[in-house]
Formats: sequence, structure tokens, C-alpha cells
Amino acid sequence: MVSPQIVMYEEEFNQISALCDRLCREANGKVVFLVDKNGQLIASAGQVGNLDTTSLASLTAGNIAATGGLAKLIGEKEFSILFHEGERDNLHISIVGGRVILVVIFDGRSSLGLVRLRVKRASVELAGIFEHLMRKMEDPAMGSPFAEITDEDIDNLFND
Amino acid sequence: MSFINYSSREINCKIVYYGPGLCGKTTNLQYIYAKTNPEAKGKMISLATETERTLFFDFLPLSLGEIRGFKTRFHLYTVPGQVFYDASRKLILKGVDGVVFVADSQIERMEANLESMENLRVNLAEQGYDLKAIPYVIQYNKRDLPNAASIEELHRLLNPGNISEFQSIAATGWGVFDTLKAVAKLVLQELKKGR
Ligand SMILES: Nc1nc2c(ncn2[C@@H]2O[C@H](COP(=O)(O)OP(=O)(O)O)[C@@H](O)[C@H]2O)c(=O)[nH]1
Ligand SMILES: [Mg+2]
Repeated sequence: MVSPQIVMYEEEFNQISALCDRLCREANGKVVFLVDKNGQLIASAGQVGNLDTTSLASLTAGNIAATGGLAKLIGEKEFSILFHEGERDNLHISIVGGRVILVVIFDGRSSLGLVRLRVKRASVELAGIFEHLMRKMEDPAMGSPFAEITDEDIDNLFND
Repeated sequence: MSFINYSSREINCKIVYYGPGLCGKTTNLQYIYAKTNPEAKGKMISLATETERTLFFDFLPLSLGEIRGFKTRFHLYTVPGQVFYDASRKLILKGVDGVVFVADSQIERMEANLESMENLRVNLAEQGYDLKAIPYVIQYNKRDLPNAASIEELHRLLNPGNISEFQSIAATGWGVFDTLKAVAKLVLQELKKGR
């Protein structure tokens, strides 16, 4: 299969979450979240309490996929940064290491310049963590937690 | 491409409902949404035109329960069926773990079914997926209509590979969950095998 599954381990998850927290603080952002290109939420930080992060993740990936399609049509590889300006809140979306999407939501207490600067730095670190994660996933010794599930486990899921 | 998170102990899988325009893909998701407990579902998102035709995708996140301490979550997507939305369909297929092909049983939609299935095969192949190798089921929808073709004929034309097939009337919900369960099961069995 062309795209292997993504596996997130405790260690990397903690590093990534800490990084999102820090970015959110340093960029004066309201929310930071990280999504894989297929629309699944990887991590989030900030005031996520009343946000529908699952929907945000799916739509963000759709947005990146659509603008990526646009980019190809005009001969670009992809647009690595997108910015959406709202009346109150703004969205800064960027692609990290070619495979994950970093989103910062911020309002008037921050600025596009500050967000860009902080995102740039965080992206380098994030890309490093994901490099490491990819190598770890390819290590056959890591195994899959699902190798041992039985047909019964699967059936039970549908029996209620 | 499933996403296994050891930290939140979650596993996320992506299922795409494919098929010609107006065959009932969105209706499948709407029924699932309507019949699922609030705590097991997220918001259903439909990116549709003013005339209710799916423009980009419908999206519905579902939780099915736990397996060995992992929450299993399925993200259901539909594609826009109209021929001219091919670029959107390709995007939605990215990272897919399982496919439901929804066929419109009406005799006059047979061409459209065949064309859409071929389009699915081509778009998957472009991403290195083989329709014969991925979790995949077929649903024959709109069984209630008088102009529906016989199951034998649908089978002969659309299911030469003899994969799991289901009859449905998505508008009333009949067959909708059977289809979903079947594809979800195949996806989980695939996970069991590893990649
Ligand atoms: N009679 C009948 N109509 C259906 C059935 N399923 C869907 N429809 C109708 O077919 C039309 C198109 O359905 P929709 O879900 O939007 O199709 P999509 O383009 O595949 O998303 C709608 O008017 C539905 O109410 C069915 O099983 N029987
Ligand atoms: Mg639709």
C-alpha cells in the first residue's frame, strides 16, 4: 500500500503537544492545532473548549487539498501558507514537512507578522519530530496494536 | 490510511461513499447521523450547492466503541457524484481505508453506475490503490423504485469480483447500517493484518 498508516506514540505526542502549547503562547494565539493531510486531528492547544476540532480538522485538510489542486493547475507544487482574515479571528494555515498541517487561530491581540515568525520556528522543530516518528513507524519491531485483535473483538463492536 | 494514536488511545479510519450523482450517498450519511447517539457522533458537515447537490464532500465522524482499550472512530465521507467534480473526488480518496460503492438500482442509471465505478478504479489506481485489494463493499440503493433492475443484473454488471453486496433503501434507512458495518469490519480486519 502506498500510504502506510500513521501511528502516534506517547513520546512524540507529548513533544508535539508541548510544542503546540508553546507556539500558542508565544504567538499570542487563541488556538493551535495540527492535522494530518487526510483530515485527522493530531494535537491541539489553547482555548479549544467550545471548538469542534474534528470538523475543523476535516475542513482544514479539505482546504489544503483544494488549494493544492489549484496550485498544480497553475504550475506550483503547493501553497505552503494560507491566511484567512475574519472580522475578529484569523486563520493561519501552513504545511509542515510536506505532510502535516499546522493551524493557528488568532485575533487582534496578535499579528500576522508575529504568528508567521513563531510558526516558522515551530515548523522546523515539528518537522524534526515527524521525521523521527516516520522512522519509528517503519521499524518492524514496533508492531501494530491491532495484530492481535480477533474477529470476535470486531464483532463485539457491532453487537450493542 | 488509518491513524493510530497511542497517547489518546484512539484509532481513526476513513471510509468513502462513492457512486454516481443522486444515487443516495448523502442520504446514507444523513440516516446514520439521525440514528446515532449524540455522544457517538460529531457534527455532520455538508459542503453543498444551493440546490443541495454535494459540492465537495459530506463528512460525518462516528465512534463505534472500543477494541482492546482503543476508541475506534470512523470518518465517513461522500464524494460529489457529478462527472465534472472529478478533481474533488480524487482529493477525498486520499488516505482512504475503505470504500462503499453506492449504486443506483434504476435501470436508466446503469451507465452512470458503470462509469462511476470505472472512475473509482482509475482514481484509486492513480494513488497506488487497487480496488481489488482494499476494503470495499457495494450497496444497491433505491430498491423501492418500480424501475429498479434485478439484483442478478446489478450483480452481473457491477460485482464480477463477488465482493459483499447489500440492498438498501437509504431514504428509509433499510440496509444502511448493514453496509456500514460490513465495510467497517473489513477495515478493522485489514488493520489486524498490519499494513
Ligand atoms: N426512492 C428512493 N429515493 C432515494 C433513496 N435514497 C436516496 N433517495 C433520493 O435520491 C435523491 C438523491 O440522494 P442523495 O443522497 O442526495 O444523492 P447523492 O448525490 O448520492 O449524495 C434524494 O432526493 C434522495 O431522497 C432510496 O433508497 N429510494
Ligand atoms: Mg451528495
